[in-house]
Amino acid sequence: MVSYLLRRILATIPVMLFVAVFIFLLLRLTPGDPATIIAGDFANETQVAEIREKLGLDEPMVTQFFVWIGNMVQGDFGESFFYKKQVSDLIASRIEPTLSLSLLTIVLTVTIAVPMGTLAAYKQGSWLDRGIMGFSVLGFSLPVFVIGYALIYLFSIKLGWLPVQGYQRISDGVGGWLLRLLLPSLALAVIFVAFIARMTRTSVLEVLGEDYIRTARAKGQTETRVLLRHALRNAAVPIVTVIGLAFAILIGGVVVTESVFTLPGLGLLTVEAVLARDFPTIQAVILLFSFIYVLINLMIDVSYTLLDPRIRY
Amino acid sequence: MATATLSPGRQTLRRIFRNPSVLIGGTLVLVIVLMGLFAPLLGTRDPSDISPKDRNKPPGYETTVRDYDGNKVPVVYRLGSDTLGRDVYSRIIYGARISLIVGIAVAAISISIGTVIGVIAGYFRWLDGIIMRIMDGLMAIPAILLAIAVVSLFNAGLASVIIAITVPEVPRVVRLVRSIVLSIREEPYVEAAITAGTRTPLLLVRHVLPNTIAPLIVQGTFIVASAIIVEAILSFLGIGIPPEVPTWGNIMAEGRSVFQIFPHNILYPGLVLALTVLSINMLGDGLRDTLDPRFAKRV
Repeated sequence: MVSYLLRRILATIPVMLFVAVFIFLLLRLTPGDPATIIAGDFANETQVAEIREKLGLDEPMVTQFFVWIGNMVQGDFGESFFYKKQVSDLIASRIEPTLSLSLLTIVLTVTIAVPMGTLAAYKQGSWLDRGIMGFSVLGFSLPVFVIGYALIYLFSIKLGWLPVQGYQRISDGVGGWLLRLLLPSLALAVIFVAFIARMTRTSVLEVLGEDYIRTARAKGQTETRVLLRHALRNAAVPIVTVIGLAFAILIGGVVVTESVFTLPGLGLLTVEAVLARDFPTIQAVILLFSFIYVLINLMIDVSYTLLDPRIRY
Repeated sequence: MATATLSPGRQTLRRIFRNPSVLIGGTLVLVIVLMGLFAPLLGTRDPSDISPKDRNKPPGYETTVRDYDGNKVPVVYRLGSDTLGRDVYSRIIYGARISLIVGIAVAAISISIGTVIGVIAGYFRWLDGIIMRIMDGLMAIPAILLAIAVVSLFNAGLASVIIAITVPEVPRVVRLVRSIVLSIREEPYVEAAITAGTRTPLLLVRHVLPNTIAPLIVQGTFIVASAIIVEAILSFLGIGIPPEVPTWGNIMAEGRSVFQIFPHNILYPGLVLALTVLSINMLGDGLRDTLDPRFAKRV
């Protein structure tokens, strides 16, 4: 187990290294020299050269890369061109809304999708099943910003139940925080629910055909117990895998959702950084998101052994 | 049964056209394609025509404009106007063109590149490790963020948006093609062909590639759908196609500032976008069920 864990962690290093090289090269290949951008329109040659030296841009590419990676590992993401602040401070100040939105979305998704998929599998072929599967195709097709605006239109403008946009820090009151996150996380959860309900249905369906389910029923166990204890537990591994894969969609969705609901999180920061061509910030945010994504999938791989004792490494 | 006399190809075609998802999805897709093709004939005006006096009007707003001869001509804004007084109806109809171009271009390019790389990775084992690590790395970057990163390098435009959306799709195609190639190369007929001395290029073209066609058609429809969504997202965020070009994402971006008073600028293009993606996904689901039963079982 420990050796598996170690191997699995080591395997993520080349992936992250590739991501780092890719992002580094991507933004170094841009037309336009960062020093000129920082210096602004009114700088003269010497000022640009000074900044270039300060940033190490006159060093060879390979040296630049290792300096950059070294700084990243120590949590130094450089200075934002646009905000003139440390990128790490910028990220720290923007992380709360993103974290809140993601967590709430996942909680919402799992509580809706897993029972939905299990029910659809249990009542396979019924109208309920078809309805749930139909919703799942629909959920895939509705872009998150369309759902977001439709929800704002319905609940905030027509009915006036919820605030339209904006964010309130959790330290300023849990009620207001939750109220403002309800619509964004609901909008973001739709595609996620579609995805996970579908996968839950498939894997529960597969398990329901197994002999031990028949045995459990023959023993006279209640249907609820059969479903929860025997079916769902055995179907857990593929479901958890899909939840991990869906994180990629979640991260993409966060960028869009934060823009629709003007939540001042990392997603909105990414868009602002792209519009301002603020490369240190773009690099840091993309690297951070990719790192989180790889880390989550690593955790999920490891969680298999906890979910299913038959899996041993 | 009459079907017994039909060739296998015809039977497949028959099965495809009798699938309700294919029928409904396909018909809707056809309607949207025709809408894009015949946009000028559908009662539209120049989608970029600005009219300062007719800004932010509700759907069904009627007014008159002077034509080149100075005569007053009645015009109607079927779906209202945007903040610059442009006709939202015309912009939505013309917007279909950009969405379809982006969707089809991304699918075609990512499938072509992905198939070549996938076949190489699946068939030439010594390259497999390197190629797949690179693909893993690319897939570790969430698709929309990767697209945003690529698009931030270029000036906004159709070509850069297509490239930006294609890059994250390629590794997905590579994985699919590679997995098919890996399973095909163990088949007895491939081993027989190798024993018979078939050269590798011919072997790939004659025995391996045909097996990728059905899954790739299915995958292709899903790529078209997701590319259309990502294009709309990029345009909506203001980092995609330049704002004066009528695209669904741009119309929605334009409507953001006045959404609370004039929701139609966002809701109508959003509805058309959702319907388009839904019909393409339905077509894809139906094709998957009929073309590739193995695939259908998995998801």
